[in-house]
Amino acid sequence: MPIWNRDAECASDEARRALQLTRLQQAVERVYTRVPFYRDKLDRAGLDPDSITCLADIAKLPFTTKDELRQTYPYGLLACDRSDLVEIHTSSGTTGTPVVGAYTESDLELWSEVMARTLSMAGCVKGDTVQNGYGYGLFTGGLGVHHGARKIGANILPISSGNTRRQLMVMRDFGTTLLTCTPSYSLYLAEAAVQEGIDLRELPLRAGCFGAEPWSENMRVEIEAKLGISAHDIYGLTELIGPGVAAECEHKNGQHFNEDYFYPEIIDPATGEVLPDGHKGELVITSLKREGTPLLRYRTRDITYLMREPCACGRTTVRIHRLLGRTDDLMIIRGVNCFPSQIENVLMRIEGTQPHYQIVIDRGATHLDEIEVQVEVEEAVFSDLTSVMESLRRRIHDELKSELGISAHIKLVEPRSIARSEGKAKRIIDRRSL
Amino acid sequence: MIIKQISIFVENSSGRLADVTALLAAAGINLRALSIADTADFGILRMVVDQPEAALKLLREAGFTARETDVVGVEVPDHPGALARLTALFRDEGVNIEYLYASLEHSSDRAVIVLKVDAVDSALAMLARNGVVTIPGF
Repeated sequence: MPIWNRDAECASDEARRALQLTRLQQAVERVYTRVPFYRDKLDRAGLDPDSITCLADIAKLPFTTKDELRQTYPYGLLACDRSDLVEIHTSSGTTGTPVVGAYTESDLELWSEVMARTLSMAGCVKGDTVQNGYGYGLFTGGLGVHHGARKIGANILPISSGNTRRQLMVMRDFGTTLLTCTPSYSLYLAEAAVQEGIDLRELPLRAGCFGAEPWSENMRVEIEAKLGISAHDIYGLTELIGPGVAAECEHKNGQHFNEDYFYPEIIDPATGEVLPDGHKGELVITSLKREGTPLLRYRTRDITYLMREPCACGRTTVRIHRLLGRTDDLMIIRGVNCFPSQIENVLMRIEGTQPHYQIVIDRGATHLDEIEVQVEVEEAVFSDLTSVMESLRRRIHDELKSELGISAHIKLVEPRSIARSEGKAKRIIDRRSL
Repeated sequence: MIIKQISIFVENSSGRLADVTALLAAAGINLRALSIADTADFGILRMVVDQPEAALKLLREAGFTARETDVVGVEVPDHPGALARLTALFRDEGVNIEYLYASLEHSSDRAVIVLKVDAVDSALAMLARNGVVTIPGF
């Protein structure tokens, strides 16, 4: 398999650490002089750019949280002139104010570089035909892959998400060799292909880069068998750049972290203390070379651990294990982020449907995430007429849909049928085995 | 006369009807008429019993969502056209029947129709005017 940037990806520890330190010092200097939010934060901690004399000093820096990103929406964390921006992306904003990523020309170059590395890990070279099934738009997935594939010089089919029949037609007629989309959508495509009489395993398609939602090893086995490809997990987040933060090589033993641009730490989410390699905790990332919206010690809320053992591919970059969970109760359903509290807020507006509910997430026969919200029927909303009960169900469904953009199956259940536990109620049952 | 029907929310899971009936049996409550409205996920069990208040208390204590609903019980002769005549009376009066169910076990030559209507008082007055017998219970 090709290695896109052998100098960077296979660098010695010493060389890499020296580069990281220089870039970390420049990053702290940049935010201190250009972002009042960070200047205040560092001043309050009694720090300035000179406080960073070695990589371990990073632990002195304060964390940045998602709430702070929201409070500074839209331009509060900008570390460059507005006139230097060439692209802006945001998160979907389903869980609150959107998170903003702003890119200068140099940031786009950085993004193209890390995405070229990502696609190369799945074997992408010039001459490949990349069917990009991630959504194009403010979402980072579509354009992130696009920039990386451009850099490699591959042929891009910018089909974006959805429109399954057309995806299959394009895949067959144009000879797609590499597919990028969410993992669940790849399986959906495989099922649709069977119905259309197309055997994906007989097409030139040979690899896929899948991300933007959690998935499991079992799902990888299924995708690889049904599509006849090598399936690679990719990791990224809007806050840092989008896709391109880390990705799996052909050995699929953790995701290689592009640590010359993104500095990873694992912390104990309760104490904030940095944990040694191999210890499970919250992933914290610092931008080392971002100009538009650089972040210091951003708390991703993703749980994983760092794998420092050498990888057979020859890359020396540290790897993160496939994500093991979240420190919050964020659910990612069909690529849409939502918290149980948002569902609770909707239910609270509908009299009599509080406080007992449960959310069951599953991947059904279609392989797309399915969400069922079970709501206990209290006497206040109970009617002897099925039409009244059905309209209650419809009302909950419609309000959830307009609030979260997710179509949930609403199941009315008997009181006390949802298990009560001591303390925090078990609100979510995730059967996707992630 | 208004009859107190007991309406119960039941999930569509095996054994729920057995749970309800066993509960009533143990308390010596007799079921006189019964119907179930079902949807994909749940059903609404509607029943007329000989001791509605005791039944309601019992069901609530057992954790069921249950409530009393006012219905009308009408005796009709057990022969063709009886229900047609009855429903025509409701149509002419402009009273909507939301649902109804029948019980044949009351006596050999009469059937009892249990009706849930949208205007119970006008229904009762109309039935009395037309000489239709409403029963106080079973």
